[in-house]
Amino acid sequence: MSPTDMPNPSLLRGMTQSRLGRRDAFRLGGLSAMGAFLAACGVEGKGKPQASVAPDAIAKFWGGKTQTGSLNFANWPLYMDPKKPELKKFTAKTGIKVTYDEVIQEMGPWFAKVQPQLSAGQSIGYDLMVITNSVQFGQFRDSGFLAPLDHTRLPNYAANAAKSYATSTYDPGNTFSIPYASGITGIAYDPAKIKEPITKLADLWNPKYKGKVGMFKDLQELGNFGLMALGLDPAKSDEAAWKQAAAKLKEQKDAGLVRNYYDQSYVDALGKGEVWITQAWSGDIFQKNVSDGTNFKFVIPEEGGTIWTDNMAIPSTAENPVDAIMLMDYLYELENATTLAEYINYVCPVPGAQAQMEKHAAAATDEDKEFLLSVAESPLVFPGDAEYKRLHYYVNFNTAEEKNDFERVFQPIVLG
Amino acid sequence: MDRAKRTLAPYLLVLPGGLWLLLFFAVPMVTMLSLSLQEGDIVNGFVFTGHWQNYTESLGDYRTQLIRSLVYGAITSFVLIVMAFPVAYWIAFYGGRRKATYLFLIMLPFFVSFVLRTISWRMLLTDDGVLLHPLKEAGILPGDFTVLGSPAAVIAGLVYSFLPFMVLPIYVALERIDPRVIEAARDLYAGPLTSFRKVVLPLALPGVFAGVLMTFVPASSDYVNSELLGSSETTMIGQVIQAKFLSNSDYPSASALSFTLMAVLLIGVFSYARALGTEDVMKVAAR
Amino acid sequence: MTGRGGRLLHAYTWLLIAWLILPISVMILFGFNNPNGRYNQTWQGFTLKWYKDVFALDALTSALITSLTVAVLTALIAGALGTAIGYALGRYRFTGAGGLNLLMFAAISSPELVMGSSLLSLFVTMGFPLGTASITIAHVMFSISFVAIVVRARVMTLDRSLEEAAADLGANGWTTFWKVIFPIILPAVLSGVMLAFALSIDDFVITNFTAGTTETFPLWIWGATRVGLPPQVNVMGTMIFAIGVLFAVIANVRSRSRKA
Repeated sequence: MSPTDMPNPSLLRGMTQSRLGRRDAFRLGGLSAMGAFLAACGVEGKGKPQASVAPDAIAKFWGGKTQTGSLNFANWPLYMDPKKPELKKFTAKTGIKVTYDEVIQEMGPWFAKVQPQLSAGQSIGYDLMVITNSVQFGQFRDSGFLAPLDHTRLPNYAANAAKSYATSTYDPGNTFSIPYASGITGIAYDPAKIKEPITKLADLWNPKYKGKVGMFKDLQELGNFGLMALGLDPAKSDEAAWKQAAAKLKEQKDAGLVRNYYDQSYVDALGKGEVWITQAWSGDIFQKNVSDGTNFKFVIPEEGGTIWTDNMAIPSTAENPVDAIMLMDYLYELENATTLAEYINYVCPVPGAQAQMEKHAAAATDEDKEFLLSVAESPLVFPGDAEYKRLHYYVNFNTAEEKNDFERVFQPIVLG
Repeated sequence: MDRAKRTLAPYLLVLPGGLWLLLFFAVPMVTMLSLSLQEGDIVNGFVFTGHWQNYTESLGDYRTQLIRSLVYGAITSFVLIVMAFPVAYWIAFYGGRRKATYLFLIMLPFFVSFVLRTISWRMLLTDDGVLLHPLKEAGILPGDFTVLGSPAAVIAGLVYSFLPFMVLPIYVALERIDPRVIEAARDLYAGPLTSFRKVVLPLALPGVFAGVLMTFVPASSDYVNSELLGSSETTMIGQVIQAKFLSNSDYPSASALSFTLMAVLLIGVFSYARALGTEDVMKVAAR
Repeated sequence: MTGRGGRLLHAYTWLLIAWLILPISVMILFGFNNPNGRYNQTWQGFTLKWYKDVFALDALTSALITSLTVAVLTALIAGALGTAIGYALGRYRFTGAGGLNLLMFAAISSPELVMGSSLLSLFVTMGFPLGTASITIAHVMFSISFVAIVVRARVMTLDRSLEEAAADLGANGWTTFWKVIFPIILPAVLSGVMLAFALSIDDFVITNFTAGTTETFPLWIWGATRVGLPPQVNVMGTMIFAIGVLFAVIANVRSRSRKA
């Protein structure tokens, strides 16, 4: 027994002397122990300044890691052809078995779910996950939960990705992540229920659609629309602007316009006729139309929409990181990036895919040809300057406190 | 030696299970209390600072939801008494040899997952669903009529979820009544209403109280029904606590709300236990 | 005291039972539906293909397996610990029995939400990893009391002279318990174990707080509601329902034939 293991002498004395009745000692001990216990509790944070990653971090993480022959991939719903052609080709080529789960519905719950496990240094059961550049991306990054990427293992990414991604504010230099797809948050509506064309954010505040408007539960998405409806730029907003936006959103809610605040379930609600007009993510609507034969419309509002990026990242506790980074790079092969975009219809991070898609279209016939051409020409998949001008970036939080303030301003709207 | 063994025996028997309950039921309450007085954020960690403002701030933001939950819980319990009493009464006095079968039928929903049952209701009540669509086609209901999202839908869901918890305790209380007592009362008071009021009702009251306890607590802390059947107008405190824990990772204020909810409900539970004892509830729980 | 009132109550009882069964029938029915797209919400024709392909969705199947694993572990652990408590409470008078009763009462009547969130706060404070183990810990915690109560009720009705007779014949306490007492209380123990199993497999709220990324059957359903439930969920729900009802009926018939 080392000296530090010895019990505190005064505690020993207290235990052996009978100055107090046994019962009293028990009570007192209980009370003070309770107090001490209360104060001793705490939840350890993993935060450390991440301004720059230690130069040897990459070598440290990847050293000794080898291919295992399997990997688990956590993604969002409607984010890959259900037949998973790209993954099948990957398995055929490399022999790596991919377990693919569409388990991520919203960033907040996903972070909350994996945080305790990552913080305890335990595997979350996934080696590759797709996370949006929202508040939680910063939380993942600053907690040290993301493995630094070894770019020597990503040759296809270097060759094919759009250069602009390397200068993103949330992950400069793509230290921890590379894009899976970008997307646009705009408005979707059902032309069977709404006859006039929808063009503006103000349409979400139109009393004609009372009780048939859907808004997002995600505070970032919701807040952005409140800000943009007031003509404010989310990326440059401050707390005063947030409060104004919250008031605008509160007005919409108090007028009984909003049917509900949705996560991924908004597609279902639109399909059931529960909502007629709703905040929406570009590719979902397209896929819903393809899979269910519906005819919903998606628009980028005149006042603006937002553009975000979903990123592939490897959790720091991944058990099969080598297999994961191989798949990441594989999805950047021109052909794979093209077929993926053809199906999911989100903004493709590989500009060369447009020409490739046109080639596919030329080889196809009739309906397929028409369909592929429409995707290749779609401003939602390959946005041009005209679209980018109308698109805004997410609110930036410099400190955890700012993020908490933002949540406190907008949370009460969702949880009326 | 043998004697010592005998006095020790019960303690040895209850030790593992009792310890389990202490460690994973009682101790967590303390860690939650501690967490509710901490400050910080999920990235940099939470530290105990005795920050009681977590309580005032979160209650300031969400007292409406807390009150709404208690009100929904109370309405649910009240509706349940009215709905369940006649059934329990009929089974207890008229069930005959089939009593067990009727109780079994009442319990049937428990063989289906709670979440799945609520989803089925959602499907039934959806705007263009099986129930509303034909009524709208027939012109009985206006085209824009909706049920989902209203407080009524949430309360109906709660009533459905917890009905058996009200029928059983009332039934147990009524079953204890000797039918001859009622006959005697008939002879004395003559009127069936009077004998019901003066004899049956007082004897059934402990069962009603047990039923209220067993339905009010889960109903007012529920978040599945209001999440699936309600809207932002029906948000209950359970959804707030759930979102703060499992979406915002805002543990301190989530803990503060959770602790407040428990305190409010436990005051009710323990005053019940003091007044009426724990036996009725335990007996029903054992069924 | 029969007559019109009785008939009215009879009809009302059946009406209520019909209402209770309505959503269950919907669940069973839509396991036979043949939807076109991804959403199983309007009736589009009869099919048995989901029964054939019930295990076609790997994630759903593994969630069901996790649920079953946790439920079996819970039934065994809570069964053992709960039986010990139930026996002690029914058989002995001892200091602390009242406190234990109160603790069990609190565990039964506390809101699930509070138990779940407080367990999460314990696990994050201790840095305890979330997963099958933490779910099982939680399920055993809320099941123990139920098992204990069921067993205690049976033990209290035991005839003490049996034990005395066994002791007269020279059996020690241990032998007496296993050879004489345990066979008598076995049905109660079994129904406690089954209750724990049922509570565990159905639990959503506490599991939601203690599962981390691990998915159980109810958790998977909860996540899938946002994008449309596949009919396999209805099939699995129907199977669990059928098996549960079957067990309950068998237990009921057996206990009746024993009484007769």
